[in-house]
This record gives sequence, C-alpha cells and structure tokens, in this order.
Amino acid sequence: MIRLERRPTPSRAWGAASPLLAVALTMVAGVLMFAALGKDPVEALRTIFWDPVFGEFAWYFRGQLLVKAGPLILIAVGLAMGFRAGVWNIGAEGQYIVGAICGAAAGLAFYPSDSWLIFPFMVICGALGGIAWGMIPALLKVKFGTNEILVSLMLVYVAENLLASAAVGWLRNPDAVGFPGSRNLSRWDASSNLELIAGTGLHWGGVAAIIAVIFAYVLLTRHLMGFQIRLAGAAPRAARFGGVNTARLVVFCLGFSGMLAGLAGLFEVTGPAGQVSIDFASGYGFTAIIVAFLGRLNPLGIVAAGLLMALTYVGGEAASANLGLPGAAISAFQGMLLFFLLAVDVLTNFRVRIWQGATA
Amino acid sequence: MTILLELSGLTKAYPGVVANDDVSFRIRAGAVHALLGENGAGKSTLVKTVYGLVKPDHGMMTLKGAPFAPEEPRAARAAGVAMVFQHFSLFEALSVAENVALGMENPPKLRDLATRIRAVSQEYGLPLDPDRRVGDLSAGERQRVEIIRCLLQDPSLLIMDEPTSVLTPQEVEILFATLRKLSREGTSILYISHKLEEIRSLCDAATILRGGKVVGEVDPRTTSAADLAERMVGTKLTAPKATGGAVGDVVLQVAALSMPPASQFGTPLRDIAMTVRAGEVLGIGGVAGNGQDELLAALSGERTSARNTVTMDGMDLSRLAPTARRKAGLLTGPEERLGHAAVPDMTLVENAALTGAARRNMLSGGFLHWGRARGFADEIIAKFDVRTPGNHVAARSLSGGNLQKFVIGREVLQDPRVLIVNQPTWGVDALAAAAIRQALLDLAGQGAAIVVISQDLDELLEISDRFAALNGGRLGDAVPTNTLTMEQIGLMLGGAHDTRPAQRAEPAHV
Repeated sequence: MIRLERRPTPSRAWGAASPLLAVALTMVAGVLMFAALGKDPVEALRTIFWDPVFGEFAWYFRGQLLVKAGPLILIAVGLAMGFRAGVWNIGAEGQYIVGAICGAAAGLAFYPSDSWLIFPFMVICGALGGIAWGMIPALLKVKFGTNEILVSLMLVYVAENLLASAAVGWLRNPDAVGFPGSRNLSRWDASSNLELIAGTGLHWGGVAAIIAVIFAYVLLTRHLMGFQIRLAGAAPRAARFGGVNTARLVVFCLGFSGMLAGLAGLFEVTGPAGQVSIDFASGYGFTAIIVAFLGRLNPLGIVAAGLLMALTYVGGEAASANLGLPGAAISAFQGMLLFFLLAVDVLTNFRVRIWQGATA
Repeated sequence: MTILLELSGLTKAYPGVVANDDVSFRIRAGAVHALLGENGAGKSTLVKTVYGLVKPDHGMMTLKGAPFAPEEPRAARAAGVAMVFQHFSLFEALSVAENVALGMENPPKLRDLATRIRAVSQEYGLPLDPDRRVGDLSAGERQRVEIIRCLLQDPSLLIMDEPTSVLTPQEVEILFATLRKLSREGTSILYISHKLEEIRSLCDAATILRGGKVVGEVDPRTTSAADLAERMVGTKLTAPKATGGAVGDVVLQVAALSMPPASQFGTPLRDIAMTVRAGEVLGIGGVAGNGQDELLAALSGERTSARNTVTMDGMDLSRLAPTARRKAGLLTGPEERLGHAAVPDMTLVENAALTGAARRNMLSGGFLHWGRARGFADEIIAKFDVRTPGNHVAARSLSGGNLQKFVIGREVLQDPRVLIVNQPTWGVDALAAAAIRQALLDLAGQGAAIVVISQDLDELLEISDRFAALNGGRLGDAVPTNTLTMEQIGLMLGGAHDTRPAQRAEPAHV
C-alpha cells in the first residue's frame, strides 16, 4: 500500500530537486512520444536540446534563445508575483497583445518623425496598455467579487479580436496596398528595438527582464509588499489579521503582471515581430505560466526556467524543420513539463510511505 | 460487579510518537468511567481503538468476557459500543429523524423512527423534536441527536468525547442526569474530559493518562481536584495570581457596535457596548458561535464598523485597519492559531513580523529588517519558554501549546495598551495555559486593559475582574466576577439579561 504522509515542514531538498526530476521525467515521456511518432528519439532530443546550444548552427540559435527567453521571463516574473499572492492572472497573453497595440499606436501617431523620444514614449504606452488590460479583472474582482481567472482569460479573446481589427483596419500600413499589418516598426529608426550586442539576441526586452527579476527578488525577500504577497498566498485570513489590504494587493499584482506583459508585447512588436500583424500573438503569455511554476515562482528560478523553455521553442522549431516533427508534439512536450512538475511537487509537502502487506 | 470491558497492554505508535504505551484498565458494567488526560496524552487514540477506528500495534481487549478486536466502527457498534464525538457528523439541511436514519444499518420507516426518537428523548429527559432541521438546532440540541442516535442501538458502552465543551451549565446538568440514568440502567459510560470538577461530580472511576501511559487509577469522588490535576500534568500547578495594580481610567470603550455577519453562517453583532479600564481583565463568556469571532474581527480591525463605535483613550479606532490599530496600541489574539494568528508554513521569524513589524520598528521605507524580526522571535521564544528547535522552523511544526505561547507572547511583548484575546488557552496543556493566564494577569498589572473571550468558564472566573456573556451577537452587562455563581452565569449565557432594567430586557423589534 502506498500512502502520502504530510511532512511537518516542507522539504527544502525536494523543493529544489523537483524541477530537475520533472525535467528528467519529461525527457523520458518525450522519448516515448517521439518513438511513437516514428522518429528516432535520441536524434529528436539532440536536435531540441543539444544542437541549439552546441551544434553546428548554434551561432544562430543562441541568439534566438534570448529572443524567446526575454519575453517569457519578463511575463513570468509578473505572473509569479500574483501566483504567490493567490491572484491568478491567466490572461497575460491579452495584456501582451494590448501592450503591443498601445505602444505601436502611440509611436505610429508620430510617424515619420525621428525624435529619440518616440521609443521611450512607446515603452511607457506599452506598459500602460498592459496595466489597463490587467486592471479590468482587478477592479471587477475588487468591486464585484468576480473571478479573475475567468475574466482575465476571456479578455485574451477580446484582445485577439482587437489585434485583428488593428492589423486589418485602423493600424494597417497605408502604403502597403491591400496587405494586412501595420508599418514595420523594427525598420523605422525611431521605434526599432534592435539587438544591443550583435549575435546575442539581447534587445531592450532582455534588459527589462533582468531589471524585473532583480526588482521582484528584492521586493519578495526584503520589502513589506513582498512579505504581504507571500502572506496572502500562504494564509489569507492571517494576512488580513496582519494588516494586508487584499484589494490593494489584487490591484498591485494584476497591475504589475499586466505591465510586464504589456512591456514584453511592446519590445516584441518593435523588435523580433516588427509589426502589428494578425498572427502577432504567439502564446508567450500562456507559456509564461509554465515558466513561472517551473521556476518555483521564484524570480531567479524563472530565469533558468525561461531559458529552458526558450530552448524547447528554438529546438522544437529546428526539429520540426529538420525531422518533420509536428508542432503539436512540441506543445505537448511543454505541457508535459508542467504536468510532471506539479505531480512531483507533491513530494515537497508529502512523504511517500510504502507498506508491505497489512500491519497487524 | 462484573467487568464490561478490559484493555490489556494496548500500544499504538505513530511516526515519532507513542500515542498509547502499554495501556491497561477495566471498565465495570454500569460504571461512569472517566478517562482523564491532557491534550496529546493519548485519550483519543485509545477510544478510537475501542471504537474500531484505530488498530493497536500490541495488546488486546475483552468485551463481556469475549475477545474484542473490532475491524471497523460497524463491528464495534454491533458489539454494543457507541460513541459521541466531540465534532458532530450531522447534515444541517436534513431533519433530526433523517440524520438518525442515515447512521443506522437498517433504518425503519421515518414515521416509526420519529416515534422511537420521541420515546427515547422523553425517557431520558433529552427534549428533541425529530422533525426539526438540524441546521436550526443549538450545539446542545445537536449533541442530543448524536446521543439519541447512540441510544437507539441499546449500547452496553457509550463513549463520550469531551461532551460538555459546547454546552451551557444548564445543558450540562441535563446531560449529566441522562448519563446517570443510563448508568443506573446498566450502561457503562467512558467519559473523556480534562475538566476535573465535572469528573468529580459525575464519574465513579477514573483512569489518568499522561504521555500515552496510565499514571493512575483513582476514585474521583474521594480525590481532590488539585490532586487529579497534579497527576494529570505530572507536576504541581500554581493558580495564576493577579499582581496587584489599581484599576485606572476607562481605556477601551465600545458603544452601539452592530455588524452584519461576514458569511451566511456567521453571527451578526447587535448593539454591543462595553468599557474596559486600565489594569482590568474583562471576561466575555459564551457558547461557541455566538459572535466571538465576529467581535474579535470588529475589534482587531479586520472588519471596520461605524464611527465612534470603538474608541481607545478617546481616540476613534472604528474606521482604522489592523496595522493602524496596532500602532495605536490595540493588539489582538484570534482563536484559530494556524491560519489566523499565525501562518502555518512560515517560519517563526516571519510570524513574529506578521503583527510585530509596526510596533517593533522592523520597517524603514517599506523595507523589512529581518534581523530585528529574528531578534523579536528569539525574545518571544526565550521569555515565553516556547519549545522549538529554533526560530527558523515553520509555525505548524510546533505543538498547540507552544504555538499558542508564541502568538500570545508576540502580542504581550509588544507592550499593548489594550489586548483582546479569543480562547487564549484552547487546546493547550495545563502548564502552558497557566503560563498564558499569568502573562495576561501580569500585563493587566502593568496597566493594560485586557479582554478575554473564552468558552472556558473556569478560566474566566479565575482571571477576570468582571464577566459579561455573549449570546446571539448581544453582549450582556458586565458583572463583577467575585459575586457570581455558576447558576447565574448559566442564565447569562442563556441570554437572560436579569441585570438590566426590565424595559430594556425585551428587544424592541420582537
């Protein structure tokens, strides 16, 4: 008989080991899945995890790694803050889209000026767009007690429609006859968010991610706000007793995660994506949820998790190009990672006991 | 006299603790046998063994001369063992009769069952209407449902786990009359309690457990309460003593405090008024669920009330949040240790900062000085003798008594002007309880105003200067404790406001 027994205190060792074990289990399940798809599993794993970093074309892939990891980390840091407090923002994808649209629209309003002020102004507007989209579930929750999971998630679909209308309508490039999509922001000097150091893939989004990680780490460990966030997540009633203003916390968490998601969208639309297009939404906002949990909701852990997840993106693309792996296989692979992580997490708080036969 | 149940050498170990260690004793037929011990002494494990919920590692039992090893409660019930738990297992939405039927192997038709319930309830003096919804019953009436459910099985042994913790003194008398009648008719009763006076007045044999072992078999009718307590605790207990200090001016004033319940199962507060002076302990008694939690929340600031309903030294605190009230000097200690007064998964350092941050100067520019929090946690641990491997352990790894000493100590050491505590010694061993009561009295001696909300009347009589009863969200007038009898207290808890003028005794809207 197998039984789970609650540990008196959460195990630190398991807390650190469970992401590693989850990665290992995902590899095993991945091997089985690739084999079932009729691909050579070792080859597939090498293409996904080894080649992008150490392979022949690593010079290209390594740059891509930071391009993908930047927005994931930036969004995940914000989400983790809310998840710690028990505020479940599932709609980062929507905040990411709205941030991009707002920033792009703000910049394009001044086209074709070449003032250096335009890019900073776009950054601010991108952040404000994300905040505004995050404020909708926050205020509805505070005022009417709605569920922020549902509201924020539903707002993703609203944002997607907003994106479509911007791309084919009010933000469409007037010079490109008949084609959907805005002007190319990455080719307009005033708004382009270029690689800061050639060959690294690091753009302003990566810089913002690093700042956000440091800020979040200090806030959580040293600041009263971070302490209150942890209190609210660990024991809501004790948090109220300790003087935590729950409404303020909800607004802060959704606003902060909305802001970071909006910034991620802005840096993406001015850099790697280049324009507001119908297929701009790439799922970063959802994948960041996995990144946040994989990183133990800890800002430093999220950096590692974001890089790992970026690797599965980059490597997955390579695998689908070279080996013909379906794109869905890569999504399933990422999903398995979260699945195993949550499963292994049980070991942090519980101990497995195995009995042989009945005890007399 | 014949022996009904004999336990010999029962041992049950859990990881890290031996709950029962070679426990042997006998219960005579028709006896009211007390099982006496502190929290954690192994009483619950022992009766769960008898009731078939726990399998012992070693040892055996004989019931009516035959070996008895129930695999499950159903087997124990079939053999004639019935049990009334401390926490009831009743469905609030169903009627009394339906609830009783749910617990039976082969329930008869509801109408017949209702007739039998009426018959049994009359025979044993336990008034109960089988058609009423359980959700509308008081705690005492719910207990009667459980008892009648047991009596319908015609048990030869009835186990009662801390039955009086939810009852008013009058209800206790009714219960005792029933138990005595049962005992005269030959039913044995195994009565679990740590209330010594009850045991002395009801039981004719007592087994005392300490640390899982039997430490004494006594006749409670001829043994003094002090002697029983000493055996139960294993050391001599000294009653808390007030440390003098004159009663000063009014510090805390509550007037016309009304508040709707926070949830549909809560109790509204109705027009609460009280004054507490410096150096004074006001005791607020009441059966659970009469507004204790709501009153504490209104005073702590977890819920705010209308202007000028809560004032301290003339300053209006009614609209202030918990932290602002703490800064002003009003501190509180809620009933529930884990999850309310303390965060179970956080360390003692973090729990020290939970309420201590503002008054203990741990904040500068919004940043927390964890060093000062550690210092404060260590101070609490040292001054309140909190047994813990260190300040880094999670709150939930502490025993109930130690954690309670920690959370009370945390408030006492912040030098409050007013301290309000709810059930400060609930589920705490006698030594820790004595230490906590002494700390409260010392604090009053230094000039603080103290309010103790408690369901333990002995505790209130021991430490409070004045006593008021909370009933259905109304607070009666406070009466000096030294003039009160148990009977008067019972009437006050039942909602009789005999100390008020007649025209105010009747609520206007009835």
